[in-house]
Amino acid sequence: MRGYLIGKVAQALLTLVFVLLFNFFLFRVMPGDPAALLLRGTAAFNPDNLEQIREEYGLDKPLPNQFVTYVRKTVVLDFGESFFAQGKRVTEVIGEKIWPTLLLVGSSTIASAILGLIIGIYGGWKRGSAFDVGSLGFTLFAYSMPEFWFGILVLMAFAGGIGIFPAVFPTGGYETPASGLTGLSHWVDVLNHMVLPFLVLTVAYLGEYAIIMRNSLIDILGDDFITTARAKGVREEQVLWRHAVPNALLPTMTLTILSLGFVFSGAITIEYVFSWPGLGWLTVQAIDSKDYSLLQGLFLLFSGAVIIANLVADLLYAYLDPRVRAA
Amino acid sequence: MKLPPIEPAPLPVAVGEKAPAPPPPTTPRRIAWARRRRSLARVARTYRKNKMGMAGLIILLLFVSIALLAPLIASSEGLDPTCPCTGKPFDPPSLRFPFGTDNFGRSVLTLTIWGARISLMVGLFATLISMVIGSLIGIVAGYSGRWGEAVLMRLTDWFLVIPFLPLAIVLASLLGRSLFIIVMVIGITSWPGTARIVRAQTLSVKERPYVERARALGAGGWHLVTRHILPNVGPLIFANTILTVAIAILSETTLSFLGLGDPLSISWGTILEFAFGAGAATAGNWWWLLPPGLAIVFVVLAFTMCGFALDEILNPRLRQR
Repeated sequence: MRGYLIGKVAQALLTLVFVLLFNFFLFRVMPGDPAALLLRGTAAFNPDNLEQIREEYGLDKPLPNQFVTYVRKTVVLDFGESFFAQGKRVTEVIGEKIWPTLLLVGSSTIASAILGLIIGIYGGWKRGSAFDVGSLGFTLFAYSMPEFWFGILVLMAFAGGIGIFPAVFPTGGYETPASGLTGLSHWVDVLNHMVLPFLVLTVAYLGEYAIIMRNSLIDILGDDFITTARAKGVREEQVLWRHAVPNALLPTMTLTILSLGFVFSGAITIEYVFSWPGLGWLTVQAIDSKDYSLLQGLFLLFSGAVIIANLVADLLYAYLDPRVRAA
Repeated sequence: MKLPPIEPAPLPVAVGEKAPAPPPPTTPRRIAWARRRRSLARVARTYRKNKMGMAGLIILLLFVSIALLAPLIASSEGLDPTCPCTGKPFDPPSLRFPFGTDNFGRSVLTLTIWGARISLMVGLFATLISMVIGSLIGIVAGYSGRWGEAVLMRLTDWFLVIPFLPLAIVLASLLGRSLFIIVMVIGITSWPGTARIVRAQTLSVKERPYVERARALGAGGWHLVTRHILPNVGPLIFANTILTVAIAILSETTLSFLGLGDPLSISWGTILEFAFGAGAATAGNWWWLLPPGLAIVFVVLAFTMCGFALDEILNPRLRQR
């Protein structure tokens, strides 16, 4: 167990080192002057600023020295200034946007996991029923749909208002601007803004859980201990909830942990569609304004979250399933 | 598998006798090809019985012919905002413009038809790149073993773990906006799944007795890979390819929508980008948003259905169930 643990942690650290190397080289191996690249297309592009950037990042020094500077700065989470946010530190710009994303994506991840599990359990238990076939078809359809397109359609129907659809929800944002609402009414306002993006994300992601739960349950239902349970006269509901479901939950547990790794980067397009002021929309704004220092910081955050989630999933799996440890 | 009996060489033909029938396949290569033709026919027969696969194939053929025949169905002049053939901006569907018009008064139907070309092309070429990288790395890793395998599989794991969309965004925004770059970016970010499948299959084929026998007879690495491993891994790569095209088309759509596509070429993704940017959602211009989106859904659905069907037929693990 100890060896397994150390191995997994080392693997995660190695992956993180790869990300750092990638981030470092991508911005330096690219043709042209890295300082100019960082400022390309921004209003800050002038000789003075270029000189300042070169000094700050040590771009006038040899590559190994530059790497040391880069690692030292990254360790203290210093990614320089964001030109999109008029010279604010990248860390600060990102920090401000974390909460809205965490709220939206976190809650819809949990909702889609719970709903998906229920659909999967029911579909797998009544395999081949109309419900099962219907949910499979829906999942396939949802998988084929660009999620932002679904978001746009929902936005058009319930915020723009068209035909029989009433425009009941705001078209975007986190809260009503300059409303001065506080306390409970502020939260009601935020939730009102969150309904549509939350709905879209939940629908877009629940299919994955449903499919995995369904297949895992079907696998388990074919096992000998289920036959034994039935043979000794256990009631059908007991067979399902006491014997089959707990065992079938394992793969979905992993999936849930892995999805939590996407809690920062999972809604880039949806946040853009609904102008939700989180990390996803920030990414789109960084793309549009060619703000590479911001993009670098976001990429590190996004990959770091996924790497950590992978590590946690591996460790949890080993804890829950002793067979993994032995292997 | 039964091989066709090897016939004795025909006797020398005397002058004046009838010309002999064409000789049956006798060289090893011909035998191999005859066997491959037969198994291909068998796969085709099984595939034809697969309803999901056939439905997917028909939808695909429809879209591919629309893409190929685009110049005949809708004149490319309709893509030019200054063309006199354009109508009023934001016009809802009418007889003249069955899917309405966009903000320049261009027919959305024309845009969607021409968008099929770019979207399908990007999907296919990106998949091609991803397949070549994935198969190469998978076969080399599976065949070479030891540290070569360790290094390649670490690289694969890295690409698997790193979230696809942020990686593609960083690459695409650094490299610039063009079709070539979109294809490259999708290609080099989507191969790791293929590499893993190919490596697993290579490992299993490598240990089979007939490969061992070939090696004992003195076959070199190149011969083993091209004659024994590749033909066995090939079908799996093919089924995987079809599924990858679906993912590649979705990726192109997403990247274009985020403003990383080629601004000069019209794909389904860029149509949606322009429509959303011009406020089609809040203005309720559903005719501008539905056709390109539905086209994506149908094509991705069709590729996925074909891929599942092929996987069921070609993947030995699924077949046994």
